Amino acid sequence: MAVEVIRTVSIVSGIGVFLAALLTLAERFLLNYGMCKITINNDRELEVKGGNHLLGSLLQNGIFIPSACGGRGSCGLCKVKVISGGGPLLSTETPYLTKEEQEDNIRLSCQVKVREDVAIEIPEELFSIREYTTTVEKIVDLTYDTKALYLRLKDGEELSFKAGQYVQIKVPQYGKVTEEVYRAYSIASSPLQKEMIKLIIRRVPHGICTTYIFDYLKEGDKLDLNGPHGDFFLRESDREMICIAGGSGLAPINSILYEIRDKNIRRKATFFFGCVEKRDLYYTDEMKAFEKQIPDFRFVPALSAPREADNWPGEVGLITEVVDRYITDGSGMEAYLCGSPGMIDACIQVLLQKGIPEDRIYYDKF
Amino acid sequence: MGISPFVIFFASIFTSNVLLTNFLGMCSYLSISKDLKSSLGLGEAVIFVMTVTSVLNYLVYQYILVPFELEYLRFIVFIIVIAAFVQLVEMILERFMPNLYYTLGIFLPLITVNCAILGVALFIVIREYNFLQSLAYGAGGGIGWTLAILALAGIRQKVDETKIPKGLQGAGFAMIVTGIMALAFIGFSGILAIQ
Ligand SMILES: Cc1cc2nc3c(=O)[nH]c(=O)nc-3n(C[C@H](O)[C@H](O)[C@H](O)COP(=O)(O)OP(=O)(O)OC[C@H]3O[C@@H](n4cnc5c(N)ncnc54)[C@H](O)[C@@H]3O)c2cc1C
Ligand code: FES
Repeated sequence: MAVEVIRTVSIVSGIGVFLAALLTLAERFLLNYGMCKITINNDRELEVKGGNHLLGSLLQNGIFIPSACGGRGSCGLCKVKVISGGGPLLSTETPYLTKEEQEDNIRLSCQVKVREDVAIEIPEELFSIREYTTTVEKIVDLTYDTKALYLRLKDGEELSFKAGQYVQIKVPQYGKVTEEVYRAYSIASSPLQKEMIKLIIRRVPHGICTTYIFDYLKEGDKLDLNGPHGDFFLRESDREMICIAGGSGLAPINSILYEIRDKNIRRKATFFFGCVEKRDLYYTDEMKAFEKQIPDFRFVPALSAPREADNWPGEVGLITEVVDRYITDGSGMEAYLCGSPGMIDACIQVLLQKGIPEDRIYYDKF
Repeated sequence: MGISPFVIFFASIFTSNVLLTNFLGMCSYLSISKDLKSSLGLGEAVIFVMTVTSVLNYLVYQYILVPFELEYLRFIVFIIVIAAFVQLVEMILERFMPNLYYTLGIFLPLITVNCAILGVALFIVIREYNFLQSLAYGAGGGIGWTLAILALAGIRQKVDETKIPKGLQGAGFAMIVTGIMALAFIGFSGILAIQ
């Protein structure tokens, strides 16, 4: 009996041990790439541990490639030119790269793994993107699912950005989340105010970053972020401006309005803000104040499905319908859009019909 | 026992389809069948893993478990073998075929817990197949599973544009379609049968 038990146990364990040893050996030899060298712009060199993604390896060395999806391969912002090393183009990258880019060896850095020495080229200005450790000064409820976050930089530090640009928040490991992640949030405060920034954040149910901010982050806590990123910012011109936003898309427009106010920019501007019902609206008073402070500014909030109890006197309808009613000839205008991809695509169609040229429609898809 | 491997191969694709007659591997079948491309990806991974693991498990059973009279431990041993094999394949793909790794990579871990794979390995033992028969059954089983998920994905993509009563949306609808498909497949059993 005892012999039988021992024999059974040892045979089954033997099989387990054999397979485990096989896997360990395989990992040792198959997935070990040693240290690899990354050469940037023929100038700087980094030593990194092989086997990780290029984006993350650069990040660890303080080089912040823009990324809005946090490396999931769904935003297409993390493009870099890979001159050598980096392996074949992957099927996860092709949807985001044009033919010219592919021929030019442009790659998505969150998909490329560093398995050998690689040489890359990135724009010089990326070196000026820095990481900042901020302190949460104040958290304010704007609606039932949206909060404003005031983040103060360390004494003596400043964050210089263009109105409309965004920062990336680093979400530390918490609860069930075992990996650091980065998420993009537009700066909502004035670009003239460089020692404290404001973000407007809307809860995404079960979202990694928004759950952290809503349920874990407290006033006085530290929060790391890097930036500024993005080419959605106020252009210099005197054309009439159309701004359209939905939900938390108000954030970058808010910053643009501060800039117009604080720099006394004389431009005609209309801001269409689309929400579902009254409880989604916020900053109505602030926008009314802008209407007084900026000579030619008009604020048009619109609800797509107001409840009866809302007693809503304003515009009703999808934001595209409202914009369609307000604009007749858009040929001399410039447009700034912010919101969900669906909303932005629909708005672009309307604006094009109104005669606003495509290269004067600027947007950030959230 | 004398059934030709060819008969087993075709029967396991059509009339004795693991999914449509044994209803094994339903969880990934229901959750991945929302679009054709992922279904094909998962299907390819299943074909590969099922073919190789059924042979591996056959060998482990015949040359380790049977001689030591440990047949009753086959469940646990088969699962360990399948899991280890999937891990190994993942590493090999990552190193040598990164492109394939990225297309199949997300599906491989799903397969470790796909009961169709274990089911096929167990049927081989229960029906006392020999080496060639096992190979044929493993490959045919994988192809049959893929055929079934592709058919469902195709139907679901078409039906997406129609109105379905709320209570039947998603899994409910998939179950009904699967039932009807199973009837259709069993209709062929007059031509070929292995059970
Ligand atoms: C340039 C840029 C600027 C941005 N600025 C802001 C901003 O100012 N304020 C702000 O609140 N957000 C902003 N976002 C969106 C933000 O970066 C995050 O995507 C969002 O907060 C969700 O992060 P998460 O980690 O909580 O959710 P995740 O864990 O990433 O997502 C959880 C699930 O929700 C889905 N999901 C993700 N985002 C949304 C969404 N917006 N609506 C519905 N479902 C979603 C995902 O597909 C996933 O299934 C911006 C995005 C970009 C690209
Ligand atoms: S980081 Fe979003 S695609 Fe690479």
